[in-house]
Amino acid sequence: MTDNQSIKINDFVIKIGTVNGTGSASANELLMKAIFRMGVPVVGKNIFPSNIQGLPTWYEIRVTGEGHAGRSGDVNIMVSMNPESYERDLDSISIGGILIYDSTWPRPHFMNRADITVIGIPLSSLCNAEFEVARSRILMKNMAYVGAVAAIIGLDMSIIYNLINETFEKKRKLIPANIKAVGLGFNYIEENKLNNKKFLVKSLDRTSNKIMIDGNTAAGLGAVYAGATFGSWYPITPSTSLMDSFSKYCNLYRKHPKTNENLYCIIQAEDELSAAGMAMGAAWNGARAFTPTSGAGISLMSEFIGFAYYAEVGLVYFDIQRVGPSTGMPTRTQQCDINITAYASHGDTKHIVLYPADPGECFTMAAQAFDLAERFQTPVFFLSDLDIGMNDWMVDDLEWNENYEPDRGKIMTSKQLADIEEYSRYLDIDGDYIPYRTLPGTDPKGAYFLRGSGHNKYGKYTEISSEYKEVVDRLLLKWKSAAPFTPQPIISKSLKKTNYAVVAIGSSDGAVREACINLEKQGIYIDYMRIRSFPFADSVEDFIIDHDFVFIIEQNRDAQLMNLLLTETNAPREKLVSIKYYAGQPLDYKFVHDALFKEIMANQKNKKTA
Amino acid sequence: MTSFIKPRISRKSAPKNKIGLTRQDYDGTMSTLCAGCGHDSVTAALARAFFELSIKPHKVAKISGIGCSSKTTSYLLKEAHGANTVHGRMPSFATGAMAANTSLTYFGVSGDGDSLSIGIGQMIHAMRRNANMLYVLENNGVYGLTKGQFSASADIGSVAKKGTVNDQPPIDPCALGLSVGASFIARSFSGDREQLVKLIRAGLMHKGFALIDVISPCVSFNDHKGSTKSYEHTYKYYSKLVHADYIPPAEEIKAAYDVGESMPIVLHDGGEIILRKLDPSYDPSDRSSAFSKITNNNTKEIATGLIYINKNLSDMAEQNNLQERPLNQIPYKELNPGLDNLKEIQKSFR
Ligand SMILES: Cc1ncc(C[n+]2csc(CCOP(=O)(O)OP(=O)(O)O)c2C)c(N)n1
Ligand code: SF4
Ligand SMILES: [Mg+2]
Repeated sequence: MTDNQSIKINDFVIKIGTVNGTGSASANELLMKAIFRMGVPVVGKNIFPSNIQGLPTWYEIRVTGEGHAGRSGDVNIMVSMNPESYERDLDSISIGGILIYDSTWPRPHFMNRADITVIGIPLSSLCNAEFEVARSRILMKNMAYVGAVAAIIGLDMSIIYNLINETFEKKRKLIPANIKAVGLGFNYIEENKLNNKKFLVKSLDRTSNKIMIDGNTAAGLGAVYAGATFGSWYPITPSTSLMDSFSKYCNLYRKHPKTNENLYCIIQAEDELSAAGMAMGAAWNGARAFTPTSGAGISLMSEFIGFAYYAEVGLVYFDIQRVGPSTGMPTRTQQCDINITAYASHGDTKHIVLYPADPGECFTMAAQAFDLAERFQTPVFFLSDLDIGMNDWMVDDLEWNENYEPDRGKIMTSKQLADIEEYSRYLDIDGDYIPYRTLPGTDPKGAYFLRGSGHNKYGKYTEISSEYKEVVDRLLLKWKSAAPFTPQPIISKSLKKTNYAVVAIGSSDGAVREACINLEKQGIYIDYMRIRSFPFADSVEDFIIDHDFVFIIEQNRDAQLMNLLLTETNAPREKLVSIKYYAGQPLDYKFVHDALFKEIMANQKNKKTA
Repeated sequence: MTSFIKPRISRKSAPKNKIGLTRQDYDGTMSTLCAGCGHDSVTAALARAFFELSIKPHKVAKISGIGCSSKTTSYLLKEAHGANTVHGRMPSFATGAMAANTSLTYFGVSGDGDSLSIGIGQMIHAMRRNANMLYVLENNGVYGLTKGQFSASADIGSVAKKGTVNDQPPIDPCALGLSVGASFIARSFSGDREQLVKLIRAGLMHKGFALIDVISPCVSFNDHKGSTKSYEHTYKYYSKLVHADYIPPAEEIKAAYDVGESMPIVLHDGGEIILRKLDPSYDPSDRSSAFSKITNNNTKEIATGLIYINKNLSDMAEQNNLQERPLNQIPYKELNPGLDNLKEIQKSFR
């Protein structure tokens, strides 16, 4: 193998292991943005502990000139800054990779791995010599490794300096120190000729009209553009940053121009029960309302969710999934709330659920969620996860339709009320299963009594079987009728006709697409359907029936998506093969590829022997 | 059981209020509670107060939890939107509703089970936020709707219908309200219509959270000998601390009260809450004296009337810097930051 052959350009993974609370996050982000600004697509994953200070944390930057959206499963350059995780870090490096560590304290045993290159940089002693204050020594060590990595992968240093200038625009005093620190790492590599030029970034033009954004920021912004006016919440990772985003942009763009009063209201509730109640009360009273949470919050909200379903109040619940059950692993990702969101609450309840796959969809689907909630007068779940919500993804520029008007659904005005004999809350006048609501305070004739107890189509209390049944039967039809109005599945056909198919939702998308591309290169053709909503569109069932082997890929232990498909469609059980990953890290394409490959090979062998 | 519309017998001579409505116009559906239930008297007092204040029924939102008490809201103000929410969760629902439209009058009805057990967290936090609402707690010492179990307001030594004796200390909603910053705290009795109507008037007009703890006997499960929430027991130990009433801006105050004893509190609308102290040493604006008065263990006396008032606390709407124009009436074009701003925002994402 000549040196030349082993050079990897724009296709490798940098992983940085640090201790949380040491300020490495902004350094890592800077590194990733520098690559992005060189026109090279990147994927960033923050793998962090449920803790404020002192535990191991990692940041992974995948440099992917081809623009893949998921993880690769490789680690090519490992920056290991945390002695506690040295062993794990060392093990994780792919063959031919590089380990960078702080050689102020030399670690000869690193040399045990002959298949990697070890680069020791005395980062601590370099920084201690240059900086006085203890805290800045720690922070500058981060910038120093950024400089070292920049030298190793050949980054454009002017971009790094620009980023430093922008980052500290408001604290300009800090700029020289940061530039100096970057230089310490950079120069050490250059002067000691430690650059083996195995992994390089070369400028491309693949990031114009793209942004780096996390899903929670995008969803919060989507709620602002959708015209949401009320949000209630109780802090919970990984959903907190969604409300932070809504709050930030409301603060910037939702103030009365003259009085500076708020054209929105955010209430931090005492718990999720209350957050759900507030959002429902606001929605009942005509505000566009939402509450962001994670699985534990949905459990607490469940009674109110059933109330909103039965009493037909439309609001949006953002569920940013994390690993369950119970407290689980709060800073790890999973798709484990597929079941609970589909059917949340006791009794017969079924909900509309949207499954965004990346921050771009978080922005648009947030607005769709509000429109659906108000149009169908029912709870709508926006089911994202920690990977989408908290990691920075490269997506197309966010676009907004200038002519967008919120779909507030059927609200009977005073004028319309004047034309009818008597108003009844739950009458299906138009034959589309959706009744008319009225807003409190608008007209004496429009008053009705919202109740979670048995009611008939006129909205009156009832215990009469037929009256009760009439209403809940309509609710089921209403729910089903929403399917065509929700985001439809995206079907990607492979180059050749095939009996194999995969089905996935949400954040599995990047890994699944890349796995399919790789399999295709090996002559294995697979069609792919990404489902984007529940109730399932008819095309979901058709797609499954059209194939012989359908792999359902999902990030939970109990095959929740597969079971939902079996319950809610006529998909034959024998066609479905479950592939599950549920260990909490963002899905990587190698896992998907290997699982599919194994299943398909076994299947082909079976065919031959049969 | 379906709900019955109360038959309307129109009496031409029935007195009208300032907006031309009669007391009957403030009725709701027919009550399905037990005959003699204290809650029905509270319903009547509420309807009367709304009538006397000439509030347009459809400008009111009535919200409740679950329990016999929480059914009250359907028995008055049929032209007002109502919401019978879930058990113990009226405060959060009301809070969100208020945020959406601060221009309506909000009142919530709850029970001692609904408020002091399952819903105690929500009640406390609504008080802390000083949400602008009247909160009527119909307190009977038991869970009426589930057939008479002790509630958290049952007094030590109170005997249940089946003979068990309560030995856990009661939670006093008024003491609770004092400790968490409610701005209007009163206690009354369903059997004292005159006092109750006036307190309701004052509570409705108070800007902020107004709690009225109304002893409201359950005739089916807690009105026997040995109960401390029976009519008999309440009449026996009932004592009046401070009278309170709301006087609208235009009315002459002196006519109703003796100036020497009265203590007017001017409200935002120019009206006044007039307090008349029956115990000259008592100061209802002093939180700690209010607390020691109602937690005095040396007497079985049930202190009623306005226990505490503070009109200087900012309410939830002020705390949230809300406009007078309701959130639910802001046109979308004022809510949409627009395309240029979207471009601007995205600069930070590159
Ligand atoms: C989650 C839940 N748990 C239990 C119940 C049953 N339940 C209905 S009313 C009630 C108690 C009501 O007591 P209170 O609030 O004092 O009202 P009262 O009937 O005494 O007026 C209970 C426990 C319920 N409706 N919901
Ligand atoms: S059970 Fe008690 S509280 Fe319920 S209606 Fe009857 S008397 Fe009233
Ligand atoms: Mg009770």
